[in-house]
Amino acid sequence: MLWNSLLLAVRAIRRNVLRSVLTILGVVIGVSAVIIMVTLGDGATQSVKDQITSLGSNLLVVRPGQRLGPGREPARAPNFKAEDAEAIASQIGSVAAVAPTAGINVTVVYFADNWSTNVTGSTSAYFTSGNWRLASGRFFNDTEERAGKAVCVIGETVRKQLFGTQDPVGSEIRVKRFACEVIGLLKSKGNSFGMDADDIIVMPLRTVQRRVRGSDDVTGLQVSVKDGASRTHTIDAINALMRERRNIAEGEDDNFSLVDTKQIAETLSSTIRVMTMLLGAVAAISLLVGGIGIMNIMLVSVTERTREIGIRLAIGALEHEVLMQFLIEAVALASFGGVIGMVAANLISVAAADAIKVPFLFNPRINVLSFVFAALIGVIFGYFPARRAALLDPIEALRYE
Amino acid sequence: MSTDRTVAGSPRPLLELRGVTKVYGQGRAAFPALRGIDVTVQEGEFVAIMGPSGSGKSTVMNILGCLDTPTTGSYLFRNTRVELLSRRQRALLRRHYLGFVFQGFNLLARTSAIENVELPLLYRGEPFRQRRSSARAALASVGLDAWETHAPAELSGGQQQRVAIARAIVTHPALLLADEPTGNLDSQRGREIMELLAALSREQGITVLLVTHESEMARYAKRVIHFVDGFVDSDHRNGGSA
Ligand SMILES: Nc1ncnc2c1ncn2[C@@H]1O[C@H](COP(=O)(O)OP(=O)(O)OP(=O)(O)O)[C@@H](O)[C@H]1O
Ligand SMILES: [Mg+2]
Repeated sequence: MLWNSLLLAVRAIRRNVLRSVLTILGVVIGVSAVIIMVTLGDGATQSVKDQITSLGSNLLVVRPGQRLGPGREPARAPNFKAEDAEAIASQIGSVAAVAPTAGINVTVVYFADNWSTNVTGSTSAYFTSGNWRLASGRFFNDTEERAGKAVCVIGETVRKQLFGTQDPVGSEIRVKRFACEVIGLLKSKGNSFGMDADDIIVMPLRTVQRRVRGSDDVTGLQVSVKDGASRTHTIDAINALMRERRNIAEGEDDNFSLVDTKQIAETLSSTIRVMTMLLGAVAAISLLVGGIGIMNIMLVSVTERTREIGIRLAIGALEHEVLMQFLIEAVALASFGGVIGMVAANLISVAAADAIKVPFLFNPRINVLSFVFAALIGVIFGYFPARRAALLDPIEALRYE
Repeated sequence: MSTDRTVAGSPRPLLELRGVTKVYGQGRAAFPALRGIDVTVQEGEFVAIMGPSGSGKSTVMNILGCLDTPTTGSYLFRNTRVELLSRRQRALLRRHYLGFVFQGFNLLARTSAIENVELPLLYRGEPFRQRRSSARAALASVGLDAWETHAPAELSGGQQQRVAIARAIVTHPALLLADEPTGNLDSQRGREIMELLAALSREQGITVLLVTHESEMARYAKRVIHFVDGFVDSDHRNGGSA
């Protein structure tokens, strides 16, 4: 019975190919819109996660001062000392490494070229906690760090500005009033959140403190948490330790702040997820409109095929058989549209993901879901025309011109 | 559906019309197409219905074909009162007992001859192979073996008529109703069709009722009923002389 109805439906679709194609166009567009939105949304989420990972996975950043919100001046807060970093590293077991940082914007010079960039002083732990890789040369070692040697590792952007395509390793650049040897070139990380991560020069902490900033202050602490350790416990422990070291009385506000990169990644991802869902919902409405297109054409088809329906009824077709025939025809059309939409959507998503530079992630769930939704729309919007066909009076249908 | 209370040896009625009237339209526009028809047809009879245009021949055929119901009066098919059946029961009656050749051909357009002939078997739920072979046999019996894959638009009027007959007989119905099956054919082809119907009646015991304008065709029937203005004007046997 079902098989027969399917056979009849396929015959009817085959008899009018052009119209069948036009009928399903709405569903094709609807299904592809939903899949493209969600697929690109997934890609964007993944891209955010990748960018956070490139900043350093499992990274906690401690800064002096409290972000109090818009309109409120941050209270003046003292900077950290190098000893704060040592205390965190030695007293909190779940911490893998702590890199104290001291940053400052200065103009650096190489022959006739100069470039204003961020000079960051830190220890060798900075490179591991920040997920940095080398393109050439080497990082500085503990001896150079302790001695405050005039060596530096530069980012890709700095190289481009000062050296062009040349290998900078072994050259000397001028920072303020001293010459600094370039010993390494960092592998490019690209943009992250609109900021150029490669616009950076890293030197030993001591070198920056003595020769660039002129103070032994530390302006930030980058803490990497051991794999598998509890982040919340680590954050609580760091907060408690820093309050103690900075002599903050009970009930008083912190004069430092702690940022959890993973937390940011999760917040951003969930924001994108909500956006994706909204866009997907809008796209789903277009799928609904596609369903109305199917109903429209099915109604025309029922009117046009009144004689055919009359013949079928006269020959002994039962109401529910005619109903099933038209319903299955609608569902077959809608499902066919769903399949075409699915294929088109994934092809378009690959191209679009490439164009907006997010990864293409095939999402089987949304593919199956939109296909089922399309078929369901066939049932819902096919039912009314099918019922109309089934309830025709055979004699009048036969007489219909 | 049938209640067999047959006295052995005597012919049993396949269908009976008792005081059947049919009024089309309502009020002033009301038009009585049938004004009280009493006809009994026995199993296996071959009956021709004749009469001028508009005398109610197609109307009575529609009622006999369970497509339409009488305004008053009663239609008994094997002792079952058809006008009391539900829409679904009448559809099942058509499916299992009746074959209908329409005044127009009423074939499915853009559908091959064999698929057209298969259609009633499809609704009977017969499997594909059986359906194909029955349809093939029916087409062969009307001399269209070579035209199976042709759509109606690719067939002549006579060929279309024969496809329509093949579709009506493929189920081996108890009653074959044919509304002017030879109306569109030349007399040679018309005679062939009539011989085919006569053979079906003779060899398969199918009761045949056909409408025709031509007395030449009516001669093939064993019995001729004349309609005039919605009444039965005359009803006589041909006495076997063709
Ligand atoms: N649906 C209808 N509505 C109104 N009047 C109808 C309808 N069908 C038939 N009639 C009328 O009923 C009368 C009988 O019609 P019917 O079709 O039975 O004639 P017929 O004997 O088959 O004629 P023909 O030989 O031309 O086919 C005609 O006068 C026709 O106008
Ligand atoms: Mg007629």
